[in-house]
Amino acid sequence: MNAIVLSGIWGVVMMFAGLFLKSSKQIQWTAILGIIALLVVSILDYQAHSVQAQTYFGMMTIDVYTSWFSILITACCAMYLFIFHKDIAAVGKNEAEYFALIFFVMCGVYLLASYSNLLILFLGIEILSIPQYILAGSDKENIKSNEASLKYFLMGAFSTGLLLMGMTLIYGATGSFDITSEKFVGQFAQLSSMSSLSFVGILLLLISFGFKVSAAPLHLWTPDVYDGSPTAFTPFMATIVKVSVFVAFIRLFHFSFGNVSGAWQIAIASMIVLTLIIGNVTAVYQQSLKRMMAYSSIAQAGFMLFSIFAVNSTLAYKGILLYSVVYSLASIGVFAVIIKMKDYTYDGFNGLAKKQPILAFTATVCLLSLVGIPLTGGFFAKYFVLSAVVEQGKYIWIVVFAVLMAAISAYYYFRVIRSMYFKTGDAEMHTEPTTWDKTFLIINAMIILLLGVLPSLVFG
Amino acid sequence: MLILLLILVPFIGGLASFLFGEKMAYAWSVFTSLLTLAIAGTAYYFYSQATHTTDLSFDCPWIESIGATFSLSMSDSLSVLMIGLTGLLFPCVFISMQNKQPERKHVFYGLMLLAQAGLMGVFLAKDALLFYLFWEVALIPVYFLSSMYGGPNRIPVTFKFFVYTFVGSLVMLVALLIIYNHTPVHSFSWDAFVSAGKSLPEADQSWLFWMLFIAFAIKMPVFPFHTWQPDAYEQSATPVTVVLSAIMVKMGLFAVVRWLLPIIPLGSIHWMNVVLLLCIIGVVYASCMAMVQTNIKRLIAYSSIAHIGLMCAAIFSYSNNLLGVQGAYIQMFNHGINIMGLWILVSIVENRLGTQDLREMGGIAKIAPRFTIALVLISLANIALPLTNGFVGEFMMLNGLFNSISTYRMVFTIVAGLGVILSAVYTLGMIQKVAYGELNEKTASMKDLTMNEWIILLVIMGIILFLGFYPNALMLLVDTP
Repeated sequence: MNAIVLSGIWGVVMMFAGLFLKSSKQIQWTAILGIIALLVVSILDYQAHSVQAQTYFGMMTIDVYTSWFSILITACCAMYLFIFHKDIAAVGKNEAEYFALIFFVMCGVYLLASYSNLLILFLGIEILSIPQYILAGSDKENIKSNEASLKYFLMGAFSTGLLLMGMTLIYGATGSFDITSEKFVGQFAQLSSMSSLSFVGILLLLISFGFKVSAAPLHLWTPDVYDGSPTAFTPFMATIVKVSVFVAFIRLFHFSFGNVSGAWQIAIASMIVLTLIIGNVTAVYQQSLKRMMAYSSIAQAGFMLFSIFAVNSTLAYKGILLYSVVYSLASIGVFAVIIKMKDYTYDGFNGLAKKQPILAFTATVCLLSLVGIPLTGGFFAKYFVLSAVVEQGKYIWIVVFAVLMAAISAYYYFRVIRSMYFKTGDAEMHTEPTTWDKTFLIINAMIILLLGVLPSLVFG
Repeated sequence: MLILLLILVPFIGGLASFLFGEKMAYAWSVFTSLLTLAIAGTAYYFYSQATHTTDLSFDCPWIESIGATFSLSMSDSLSVLMIGLTGLLFPCVFISMQNKQPERKHVFYGLMLLAQAGLMGVFLAKDALLFYLFWEVALIPVYFLSSMYGGPNRIPVTFKFFVYTFVGSLVMLVALLIIYNHTPVHSFSWDAFVSAGKSLPEADQSWLFWMLFIAFAIKMPVFPFHTWQPDAYEQSATPVTVVLSAIMVKMGLFAVVRWLLPIIPLGSIHWMNVVLLLCIIGVVYASCMAMVQTNIKRLIAYSSIAHIGLMCAAIFSYSNNLLGVQGAYIQMFNHGINIMGLWILVSIVENRLGTQDLREMGGIAKIAPRFTIALVLISLANIALPLTNGFVGEFMMLNGLFNSISTYRMVFTIVAGLGVILSAVYTLGMIQKVAYGELNEKTASMKDLTMNEWIILLVIMGIILFLGFYPNALMLLVDTP
């Protein structure tokens, strides 16, 4: 709870910091201070809630899982700010506002992790989305950034409309927004007694969530938005924001709609298949690494959808935590290298290993993790979500399909490794990495490797 | 604890090699690999004397919530043989490389040692998840090695190899997960897998069999899955090829023995004839291909497919007298030794003459007698001539195949026997083209073996002759169940 308040307040603080602090360095440090404070507060929150769940105003329920997720996601965001703070400030003139918006997004993230009322879900999604529309368009002079912002806004507004419509229908069927209330629970107790209003409502919610996590066929905005946005903000949108929506997604669909999974499981299954095919196959044909990472984030969303698909499985429920952390850290690690390069195409990375061995090494660890090679966290992330589906016993074919898609993903991730290590070139840098950058990139890579050996650190 | 060192020493040694830099790398990695050999030797001694058995297994909790343990054990003759081979091979390769060092030595030796750690893990793991982990981890350093060192076409070829094996192992992972879900108290331990797998109905076993077998078949490689192999062997730097062909392909055979036959018994018997057919086709096909090769590395690559095919057939022969399986165990070790010798000779030829083309060689016997002695002896062992180590295993395997429970055992044995004859044809042809005939301008300046190469080859020839004259050394080992 305190984290929600603090993130909101710190957002305002950051806005004023833009007024009172003149040097960019000071603003950056204020932001870093803020995220560290946020991390401390969420750890305190965790200690407060680790014994029993607490409900606030019938709107939010904070339990161990929620607060543990808050810590993890705040830590990922901290890692993002540690690595990217200079790049964020370099995007444009209003640097303080960028940081403020990031803190507002974090506020939305905490709401999404803890809602027990559909209204808070809506509020969370909106608080999460609106700052992103601005961040996407923050490179004002760049037409691609403008396009990204507009596209994101229009599509986002559209999906919010569907979300509201779904909620309205469900409200019509149950008479309540509170997902813990008796009326609500009773409505979704079994498939046969569920009204058709709820059925349509669930599907509309599914579509809306699918849009937010960029699941095919609702993914079309993703490549343009991720590619057009300033590179400093893309990793934030692709990781922290996306995985938070997943946690909101799983919360609603496992706990409220878990008993009526017959109504939506087939829809999720087709989404998974489409997402994996489109994400992976299209990524193969990209020439720009930034765009490849956009498709890769679609493909990874396909794997995360498995955790929604495996209803009522604790493995899936916990697995998504590990997946969130590992995927976020790995993507941040790759983007941290991309942003340092002058040329975003594969050829631009030729020979990076000779020039910047540390950058190449950390990027390799992150890429291996995205493929899902053992000894990196990515393996266990994929392992847990897939294992949750195998556990259900029935849907082996979709798991086999998914691992074949993972093999395709090896193609485009390894292509980067090939460029960096096996090809010769001079890999022109846009900015030289400082010791600070390298230190945090190495810490990032080490965390990924550590999670590859001891996933229970997050999982337990 | 002792066997944990088998993994830790090369692993830490490999990491250290990266940090030590170019100057120290060679001496350090030779030292590390010799240390690993010494540990492997000690472990073998403990095993053969049946003392210190607690040192030969290691257990500690790993991911308790899903029942995965970090459990290693050196409990049967096959893992002893494979550990011995892995321990022996790396120092031999390192020492033989003294004259011609690769660029960026610390990277090369560091990756080699990491690969050794992964391979050791594969042969020791008693936990399915751990086994899978090492199976993949062993591949990554080899991928980098093959892509960084070797022929001009190495990058796409190595990538093909990587994708092939990666697809196979992912499918294997799904199969392991399915079996895991049938274990009563969810556990990845080998014992739990055996009891869970056995209890599955034959219909399930018959498709699970292929999910596992394809992964192993790609690694070996068995006939229709072999297309990555000649290219990869040809393009990789020869020291890396040694690792690939002497040990990595044995991972596939090892996995069949350890993780397929006991776990999916009904499925294995169900598909026995199909597998045997593929293996036997592989033997003949690869032998024929080997006969027409002009590139010496491709020739040995095909010869390796033929040998592996026979070993796989022997493992699947289900002979009543166990001779087939025991022969395959012995041959897995011996083939590792022989093929390592051959590859070391090839790398010597390659470095001195600058060519892999058999047509440009000839007459070396006149000026390099030591080299020729080694070439002839090791090649004869590769043909499995009596009194060399290759003979014992091959004889037992053919015997096992002949006593197989398969309906078509006669046909299989006769056709496989043809493979033995063909192997003589291409191997003798190779000796003739390399060592005899007229000297040409390229071969005229060929230098004979240097001291380090001679020592390594003497060791290898010693093993070949010793095990050829006294096969009991291995027989006693594999006889104990």
